[in-house]
Amino acid sequence: MTGISAIPPGLPLLLGALLLPLFGPRVRAILALGLPLLTLALAWQVADGTILRIPFLDYELEPVAGDRLSRLFGTIFAIAAFAGALFALNRARVIELAAGLACAGSAIGVTFAGDLITLVVFWEALALASTLVVWSAMTDQSYHASMRYILIHLLGGVLLMTGIIGHVADTGSVTFTTMALDSPAHWLILAGFLVNAGAPPLSAWLPDAYPEASPTGMVFLSAFTTKIAVYVLLRGFPGTEILIYLGLYMIFYGIVYALLENDMRRILAYSIVNQVGFMICGIGIGTEISMNGAASHAFTHIIYKALLLMSAGSVLYMTGKRKCTDLGGLFHSMPLTTTCAIIGALSISAFPLTSGFISKSMISQAAAGEHLALVWFLLTAGSAGVFLHAGVKFPWFVFFQKDSGLRPPDPPLNMRMAMIFFAFLCLAIGIWPAPLYDILPFPVDYVPYTRTHVVEMLQLLLFSGLAFFIMLPYMKRTPTITLDWDWFYRRLGPGVSSMMTPVINYWHTYTRIGFLRHLGTLLGTLFLYHGPQGILARTWATGSMVLWVVILLGLYLLAYYY
Amino acid sequence: MKQHWLVRPGTIRLLWAVFLCVLALTVLASLITDVHAWFWLDGTFAFNAWYGFATCIGMVVFAKLIGRLLHRKDTYYDRN
Repeated sequence: MTGISAIPPGLPLLLGALLLPLFGPRVRAILALGLPLLTLALAWQVADGTILRIPFLDYELEPVAGDRLSRLFGTIFAIAAFAGALFALNRARVIELAAGLACAGSAIGVTFAGDLITLVVFWEALALASTLVVWSAMTDQSYHASMRYILIHLLGGVLLMTGIIGHVADTGSVTFTTMALDSPAHWLILAGFLVNAGAPPLSAWLPDAYPEASPTGMVFLSAFTTKIAVYVLLRGFPGTEILIYLGLYMIFYGIVYALLENDMRRILAYSIVNQVGFMICGIGIGTEISMNGAASHAFTHIIYKALLLMSAGSVLYMTGKRKCTDLGGLFHSMPLTTTCAIIGALSISAFPLTSGFISKSMISQAAAGEHLALVWFLLTAGSAGVFLHAGVKFPWFVFFQKDSGLRPPDPPLNMRMAMIFFAFLCLAIGIWPAPLYDILPFPVDYVPYTRTHVVEMLQLLLFSGLAFFIMLPYMKRTPTITLDWDWFYRRLGPGVSSMMTPVINYWHTYTRIGFLRHLGTLLGTLFLYHGPQGILARTWATGSMVLWVVILLGLYLLAYYY
Repeated sequence: MKQHWLVRPGTIRLLWAVFLCVLALTVLASLITDVHAWFWLDGTFAFNAWYGFATCIGMVVFAKLIGRLLHRKDTYYDRN
């Protein structure tokens, strides 16, 4: 144990977040911006290996354990917390700011957890903190959405905890290592992780809950919950084949649902599932380059998705509107927000010179390298689809299309600064990827900017853009939602239970009446024979008793004689 | 009200012309790339161009079909 590096990097942020409401606005601002930077510094103090061990019951906890992967995720979570806090400063409720920073602290706690017990503690803290972020929008919808959100996440937590108990019973060790799908316990752990990733069938919690958060809250939410799942899958289940197919499903689910969606922040929520699908697919492939691809894509994704959500949040904050059918033409009065949204949209589409280009292509490259033909063709189609649903659709319907007549100005200074910061990072990483490549889990032997790759990507994206504008008449937004798996627990379950109520009532009433009637008959019979006047309760004369004894003894004698 | 230059019909026509030129250029650029086909289909001429276009049309059509089945009014869940 060596001094400062033995402090769990997430802990000051988590505890500091809880103290935030005690201070006035000035100190609060210093804490909200300072704590993430402190966390970043602490994360880089953690050397490779287990730094801190604490005996607990029969086990040994490792709350501070580091390697390249944990430092990479620790870094991006701290940066996301800083930018999220800057964006939310003085705009969000104190409880939301505190909960958002607590999310970051818990996520970083998971990142540096060397054992499964520490992991599950921070995992559950993240679930609680993120529920609070949704809830703190303080609307009826956000309250109900936050309750549905926590139910799903508690279910995920139970799956995870059950799996961990099974794993410890099987192996006797709580250390978090790579696991194979060779026992029910490991399947349960995988399921628990996948709930947080937004994998099917429980993916609907994400587009259900996130868009109900406040304009600033969704920026926090987008960064941590799904990406911590990517982190634990990278560490726990690399090369697990089923992840390839789950990832591909998520990619196309995200695209199709986003294409059908009208709410701008739900479009971006579906697009989170889509992007996490690319990462999960990369983890499933499991080679060094695909793992690097998944890890770096998580890093760049956190930045450009937060940027997209900041621009959408700015629009919502300034106009109070969130549906594409109510928006349009905002480029007139929100030039900075429009520019930042376009930079974010180009990054998510992996346009050359933006951050997505240097990360996502590693995953496709890995699929080709492993000769996974179908996977490669689907990933390529998925990349085209990203440009369709997020790259063009989001900026087009919000900032261009028809003129809605709305003329809100760009948002306040701190929101603008947060957007400029992340737009800068999107471009900087895209133009100069070396610093990111240097901190990836495996050595990088990949050159993104070759003539062929750039031309191929431009062809793919620009022709997707052409397809978008040709199909535009078919993409007219309608005030509709698209049913998802959550229909089963939001409509079918309650529907069936309310339909069953009269049936059960009927059954209950009639069985009760029948039962009481039979009970009455039984009691009557008993009373008849055993009651005070009953035949079996009468008093018997001594003489008749002696007579019966004599008869019985006589019969006995006869029986004995013969 | 004076129209913003970006939404004038003339500008939009110009933007389409530029866009189509750029598209043509990217297709022509296929001639100068070293095609390294991993599978046979991706070795076809300007593969990414036609494949991106075709799959996008496919995805929009597929989404429309799914939408027919699964679209509901956005107040669907409000009547709780």
